[in-house]
Parts: sequence; structure tokens; C-alpha cells
Amino acid sequence: MDLQIALILGQDGITNGAIYALLALALVLVFAVTRVIFIPQGEFVAYGALTLAMMDAGRLPGTIWLLLIAGCAVAVLDGYAALKAGQQRRLAAILGLNLAYPLALLGLLKALPLPDLPLAVQVFAALLVVVPLGPMMYRLVYQPIAEASVLVLLIVSVAAHVAMVGLGLVFFGAEGYRTPPFSEARFELGPMLISGQTLWVVLASLLLIVALALFFDRTLYGKALRATAINRTGARLMGISPALAGKLTFFLAALIGVLSGVLISPITTIYYDTGFLIGLKGFVGAIIGGLASYPIAAGGALLVGLLEAFSSFWASAYKEVIVFTLIIPVLLWRSLKSHHLEEEE
Amino acid sequence: MKLKKTLFAAIGLAFAATAAQADLTVGVVVSATGPAASLGIPEKNTLALLPSTIAGEKVNYIVLDDASDTTTAVKNIRKLVSEDKVDVVLGSTITPNSLAMIDVAAESKTPLISMAASARIVEPVDDKKRWVFKTPQNDAQMSTAIVEHMTDNGVKTVGFIGFADAYGEGWYEQFKAIAEARGIKVVANERFNRVDTSVTGQVLKLMSARPDAMFIAGSGTPSALPQKALVERGWKGKVYQTHGVANNDFLRVCGKDCEGTFLPAGPVLVAEQLADSNPVKKSALDYIAKYEAAHGKGSVSTFGAHAWDAALLMQAAVPEALKTARPGTAEFRAAMRDALEGLKEVAGAHGIFTMSPTDHLGLDQRARVMVQIQNGAWKLVK
Repeated sequence: MDLQIALILGQDGITNGAIYALLALALVLVFAVTRVIFIPQGEFVAYGALTLAMMDAGRLPGTIWLLLIAGCAVAVLDGYAALKAGQQRRLAAILGLNLAYPLALLGLLKALPLPDLPLAVQVFAALLVVVPLGPMMYRLVYQPIAEASVLVLLIVSVAAHVAMVGLGLVFFGAEGYRTPPFSEARFELGPMLISGQTLWVVLASLLLIVALALFFDRTLYGKALRATAINRTGARLMGISPALAGKLTFFLAALIGVLSGVLISPITTIYYDTGFLIGLKGFVGAIIGGLASYPIAAGGALLVGLLEAFSSFWASAYKEVIVFTLIIPVLLWRSLKSHHLEEEE
Repeated sequence: MKLKKTLFAAIGLAFAATAAQADLTVGVVVSATGPAASLGIPEKNTLALLPSTIAGEKVNYIVLDDASDTTTAVKNIRKLVSEDKVDVVLGSTITPNSLAMIDVAAESKTPLISMAASARIVEPVDDKKRWVFKTPQNDAQMSTAIVEHMTDNGVKTVGFIGFADAYGEGWYEQFKAIAEARGIKVVANERFNRVDTSVTGQVLKLMSARPDAMFIAGSGTPSALPQKALVERGWKGKVYQTHGVANNDFLRVCGKDCEGTFLPAGPVLVAEQLADSNPVKKSALDYIAKYEAAHGKGSVSTFGAHAWDAALLMQAAVPEALKTARPGTAEFRAAMRDALEGLKEVAGAHGIFTMSPTDHLGLDQRARVMVQIQNGAWKLVK
């Protein structure tokens, strides 16, 4: 091993680490606000990447049908609740968001010559299709049991994950896809060769992290989410709707997931079930941050990426073992350092 | 919705099976979902093309999905032999599942035709494995083809990278033994996972060993990743892949980075380029025509052809077995086994099958060809 190899591995580790860091942030966010350990986070990565790949191949992505069905279900549930509460005025908004929007999007996707559009437009279209699935998922899966224990929420997460992987197989088939890179450029920096896509991943991740920090620091909705994370009951007493907070959180988590998927799909082949392992590595990062600290979670995820890159060089057969074993000393250290709190039931 | 249609068909068949007892009942277990889905789906599609009568007997097919899971595969074959009283079982897609199903097949004395690759499924033919047959070529046959090609082209040292599972490990052992016997040295040995997002570390290690050629032992589209990484790092030498990549999705994912790759494959992959005198050509083209008529041009894969061959063996054995017993009886199943073992020169899509009491695969050197990827298509190496 010489300096050049170390530099290449470091670059590789940072690229993957940046994606893991984004997912770790999303996992911490979702857990802090809703107490859900969001196992399907990785599925949004795969759905985003594969929806883009489908559009690039000129096929209508199956996720649009899922959006339509989920939208119908939300419209029925919310519409019924609004009618029962006598709030007819809300009906228009509910139907518009959950029925008209997916239908309009479906029409748009069918009408547009998708493969001929510039990549940026395709990426935007993929975001439009997949991201709304996040809040819809919260409404359908988690909102009815929002007050349940962490364990119940975790079990439901596992179920949602399995369902989404199965649907992914139906939508995208068993084979993997790659999407065209955002940039073919290559830069030589001393002994290193840096590809444009790597820069895209790292810069986009940094940008997204800064944007999230600003969102939580400067905007009313961001502050509402922070308040919910710190004290749910207190936030509710201050007039912050937990349902809104949950939907907003899931919107952000889905957005982060889809963006991550779009960013890495030119670097690696994405399969319908790839998301789980990527999400799991983000989860290791989130655990290092104790599912509470954003900077430590991001740093932990970066560490996972680097550890993965270097262990793939030294002991490729044991790479995953090494990465996931990292969690044991971290858990030990955390449990020794912090006094244990029983969860209130 | 293809899925819905097959589902209905399966349900319909299940009802039909209970209605008519004396018909021939064929149980099928495939991995149509889970990690092996890219192999299992073309197999399932192929089985849907099978004739509804064999030698004048009506055939009921009961197709079950094992989700690439060993426990489910065993559960499925138990259900098939105990509840549905099948006469023969085809399946499963992958080696671990097929190995686990052997016990049930032997215990219930039901012939089993596997579509998985490992030689361990049928070797050695003992008390249990006398009930088991399989159609895909052994890895050893394919390894020999690669090593032959390497020695012919002056390759002295090889860098190996394979899946970090039984597939990669099995290939490494087979390949190393045959290569070293022929004087080729394996100078680097690395592993990667099917779902890895990066293999940079492994590729750097392989390249620092400076071998004459690289050998990637993976199956399906995941094995494009090491090759793309090699090209990205400036590798200009020969690259060998296994027959596990022989489907069109691999070409699509790997693109121009896989130009010039060599691999061994079943002749069905390049059926049109085979010499007219080759006995496999006709049966392979026949399969391709049937499959593409149902699923569109370019949809055919070599994996589905293994299922086709399994069904061909069964169809060849049924008339023989009917001479001694009626379907649905233990005698028929035993006659079926004897008939399968006695098959001679059955032309399948992957080769010519000649079974014997010691060989339950029955393929010879006609069952493999060397193929090169040229201009994004498979080209037969003469």
C-alpha cells in the first residue's frame, strides 16, 4: 500500500461515506421527531435511482402507480375524516394533493418524451414521483399508530420495508440499472484522478446538509420539527400538529433518500433490493451518533465509508463483517457512558 | 399484468389438480423472488410455455415460488409430494435450495430435476441422489474451458475476484485446481458482494499484483461492477467472466466497458452462430423462438434454457415410464426415475444429455462454447 492507493481509497470512502451520511441524517431526523426507526429509508434510495433509470430507458416507472394508489387511500381516509368533522372546505385541498396531483403527473409522464429530456429534468421528475410517497407512507402506515411504543413502530417499519422491496421487484424487475453520470469530467490532482460524479456526490451532500441546517435554524417549520423532537407533548401544547410534523419529516427523509439514490446510481448498479444495505450502513452511522446527534451521525457515516473502502483493500472477504462489527464497541461505549433510561410506556 | 396472469393460472391449476387425479402432475419450485429472481423469473416464464399434454396424458403444473429461501424450498417440495402427490419435481433455481430438497425427494421417492449449477447436487450418485438429476453444466466443465482458452492465449498469471459467497468460493477452488494443474498461477484472490456499491479497494489490490488476465466470478449484472472499476483504473488486459453473466441485462449494464470480455457459456447463448451440423443448434433455436414469441425479442436468457432442458428431460422420460405404470402411483415415480437415468442423446438447448447410473447430468463438451463480447453482442469464439 502506498500513498496513491491510500488516496484513491480515501476518495472512494468519502464518496460512499457522503451518501451514508445523508441517510444517517435522515434516520436521526425521523427517529427524533416520530420515534420511528425508519428501515425503509434505503428503499427510497433504490426507488429514486430506479425510477430515474426507468425514465431514462423510456419506460413509465411503476412507482407512479404506487403514488396513485397511495394517493387514493390517503384521499379516502382524510376525506372521510374531514367530512365527519364537517370541514368541507378542506376537501378540495385533500383531493387536489392526493388525487389530482398523481393523475396530472401520470398524464405529464405519458405525454413527455422522457428519454430525450435533459438529465436534470428527469431527476426532477423522479423527485416529483417518489418523494410524495414519503408523507403518504406516514399517513397510511405510521400516523394511525403514532402513539405506539418504539418496538411496535420498529416492527411496522420492518413490514413496510419488506412490502416496499417486494413492490420494487414488481416495478423494476430483478435486474440492476445504472443511470448516465451528471458529468463525464475528470480532474487530475497530483497523483489522484477525481471523477466529476464524485465531486457531484460530495458537493451535493454538503449542500444538502447545509440546507438542512439552515432549514432547522431559520424557518418556522424547521423550528416546529425541532420542538417536536425535543418534547412532543410540549410542542403539541404550543399548537404544533404531530401529524404535520410527521408528514414533513417523512417528506424530508424521502427527499434525502431519492437524492442519494440519484447521486450514486451513475457510480454503481442499483437493484430493487440494494437500498437496504446502503440504508443499514447509514444506520450504523446514525447509531454512532446515538440516533440523536446530527454531526456525530454524519461523522460516523463517513467513518463507515472510509472503513469500508480500506477493509475492501486489505480483507475483501470480511468487509461487511468489519463494517458492521464497528457497531459493537460503539454500543458498549455508549451504554457505559450514558446512564440507561427506561422507555415510558 | 403478467404476474396476475400466472397467479391465476397457478390457482387454476391447483384446482384442476384436485379435480382430475389420474393426470400427470408436475411440481415446480423456482426462485421467482428474492436475490435469485433474475434467474428464477426466466425459468418461470419458460415453464409457462410447456405443453399441456405429454404422450396423450394431460399434465398439471403446480408452480411454487421459494423466494430464494432454503426453508421455503423444502416446505414447497414437502407440500408438493404430500398434498399434491406430484409425479416429478422440477427445481429449484439455486444450489442451496436444490441440495436441501434432495432429502425430501429421496424420502418420498420422487424424481427431482434441478436447475441449479453445482456438481454436488448429483455427485456422487448415492442412495439419495439416485432420485436427483440436473441440467446446468458443472462449474468444472466451464472452468476447463476458461483455462484452455487462457493457456492457448499465453496467459501465465491470473487475478481472481469472486462473490463473497458459495458461488465465488466454489469457482475459486475449481478454477485454482485446474489452472495450477496447467501451469497458470493465481496471483491475487479477492471477494466482493452482490450489492456492493464500490470495489475500488479490491481492484487496486488485483492490479498491484500485475497479472496477465483478470477473472471475475460473479453472476448476473453485479459482476459488471468489478469490470467497470478495472477499466476505470486503466486495466487494458484480458478479462474473463463466468457463464453466470450470460444475459442481455449484463450487456446493458456493463456497456462499452465489457468489450472484449471472454466467457464460457451454454451454446444457446449464440445458437444462431453455431454450425448447422451442431446437434444443439436446432433445439436451442426452437427454444429461443418459443420464448421470444411469448415475451418479446431479445428477452431470452440462458437461465430459462436450463428450465427448458429440465422439462425436455421430463417429456422424454414420460412415455417410457407410462409403459410400466399409471401417473399418481409410487410405481410410476420409480419408472420415471429409471427412464430419466436411461435417457440417451436427448438434444436440449444447452447440449446433448446422455444419462447413466453414475452420471445424472449427462452433458459432454458439446454443452459449452467460448464467447466474446464484441460490439455489445455475444460472439462465438471459433
